[in-house]
Amino acid sequence: MRKQFVKTVEAVLKNDPKVVLLLGDIGVWGFNNASKLYPDRVHNIGILEQSTISLSAGLAMNGLIPIVHTIAPFLVERSYEQLKLDFGYQGLGGNFVSVGSSYDYAALGCSHHCPADVPILKQIPGMEIVLPGTPEEFNDLFLESYGNGHPTYFRLSEQKNSESQKVKFGKATVVQKGTKATVIAVGILLDRVLEASKNLDVTVLYYTTLAPFDSAILKKNCPSNKILVCEPYYKGTLATEVIDALAPRPIKIEFAGLPHKFFTNYGTASEHDKFLKMTTGDIKNKIKKLING
Amino acid sequence: MHKNEHSTEYQHTLRRLILESATTSGEGHIPSAFSILDILWVLYDQVLNIDPKNPNDDKRDRLIVSKGHASLGIYAVLAEKGFFKTSELLNFAKFNNSLGGHPDRNKVPGIEASTGSLGHGFPMAVGIAMALKIKKNKAKVFVIIGDGESNEGTVWESALLASHHELSNLCCIIDYNHSNDKALKLGNLRKKFESFGWETRTINGHNHKEIYTSLSTLSATRPTAIIAETIKGKGSKTMENNHAWHHKTPNKEELESLLKELA
Repeated sequence: MRKQFVKTVEAVLKNDPKVVLLLGDIGVWGFNNASKLYPDRVHNIGILEQSTISLSAGLAMNGLIPIVHTIAPFLVERSYEQLKLDFGYQGLGGNFVSVGSSYDYAALGCSHHCPADVPILKQIPGMEIVLPGTPEEFNDLFLESYGNGHPTYFRLSEQKNSESQKVKFGKATVVQKGTKATVIAVGILLDRVLEASKNLDVTVLYYTTLAPFDSAILKKNCPSNKILVCEPYYKGTLATEVIDALAPRPIKIEFAGLPHKFFTNYGTASEHDKFLKMTTGDIKNKIKKLING
Repeated sequence: MHKNEHSTEYQHTLRRLILESATTSGEGHIPSAFSILDILWVLYDQVLNIDPKNPNDDKRDRLIVSKGHASLGIYAVLAEKGFFKTSELLNFAKFNNSLGGHPDRNKVPGIEASTGSLGHGFPMAVGIAMALKIKKNKAKVFVIIGDGESNEGTVWESALLASHHELSNLCCIIDYNHSNDKALKLGNLRKKFESFGWETRTINGHNHKEIYTSLSTLSATRPTAIIAETIKGKGSKTMENNHAWHHKTPNKEELESLLKELA
């Protein structure tokens, strides 16, 4: 996804003179060419995330469209108040593109993990949250929304699904139809959910935009009142959206997501998936249990 | 446009307005507003290129009051300069009014940035100055920060950024009223900003001539920092350097006494 990020941003820099890219001293090599072509609009701004977010708000106040890129915990958690006040409260538009969310940088330890990005960003009114499942989906979603005047968070992952879906900003997609349960797959979890749902009579909904949440599609595609939400960040994050979308129907809701704790192991992301029960087999077991429960 | 020969008269009017607004609402940081009132007045009276009738004009100079708790000061000056009616001040901090304890750019004409949490306005001002440079807009950007605010890391991050990007269109005014000395000594702010690569001056922040001269002759090659030596609560002997008044508002009897002091 990072390679696509470079390509997509190079294209918008070329086509839209309002776009300004600020890199937190990461991904700089990839943007060497863009930096030479647009020296006043591409900056390796340095390792000062809080001021970078405020500074980008200053750019937005004057009609420019900032794209800020750095590692998820520093972009989101370290700069949370700046995102909340300078963008959310002031009603400004900007794009915040992370890498290294959840445990993509597993071996680097807890300082570089970020499973709370989506849960906490959801608490900022007006913040849009996008989790593409493939590089192509990132390109489509970014081009559709980068200049919409709202603050938008894009979570780039080191993992990706094997095929791209036809995605639209703010809309979820029906990937499989069934009657016994509805399984929500967020971003890079679609491959696992589809494999786990094979030969099972369940609906699969694919969400790449989490905020604003597409309630309508869930309302139309939940014949059983049983829902499993598969989310690649702290579990339970979408609970309120699901309950609100289906209210006042009585529902049974289960989650396949990350437990609310620090992940103190190192190793690889797939080792964490196994340890935290996020594999295809784990998801399949949850679906079966939900159907038969 | 009013000129500085009437400054004393206006300072009296502004302080009266602030005291009455704070008394009516039971809210406001009066001494913080008094500390920067001379600077605000000179900016709007003589320095800033801004039209109250067209406050969003792209060519306007920008002022950000990063120490947003001094909102009564900027409101009083904006009202006196015609950005909105002076009578609005008496609705300060009321439920449905636009003038809050900290300023909101989406509610108040002339307010460039919503501030309140310290350390946000300065980096936003850096971003505005960068944006103006990118857009080849000749307007200038002024930001007022407090000495307490200067404890925040973002102040020094902003100082680095502005210097690195040679933002000669940016001027940072530090309201050095020393109220923060009780917590964390800042030492020689002038030397600190100089070491960050800024053109730096120290002035008496209540002397209108000094304020005007320093703000109207900014460096042409790098950002300018003005260390304004000020007195918190300036103009009210009761409040000057009296921390008890930091977030206290007068009752009716106290108001009468404070107004007499002004006279």
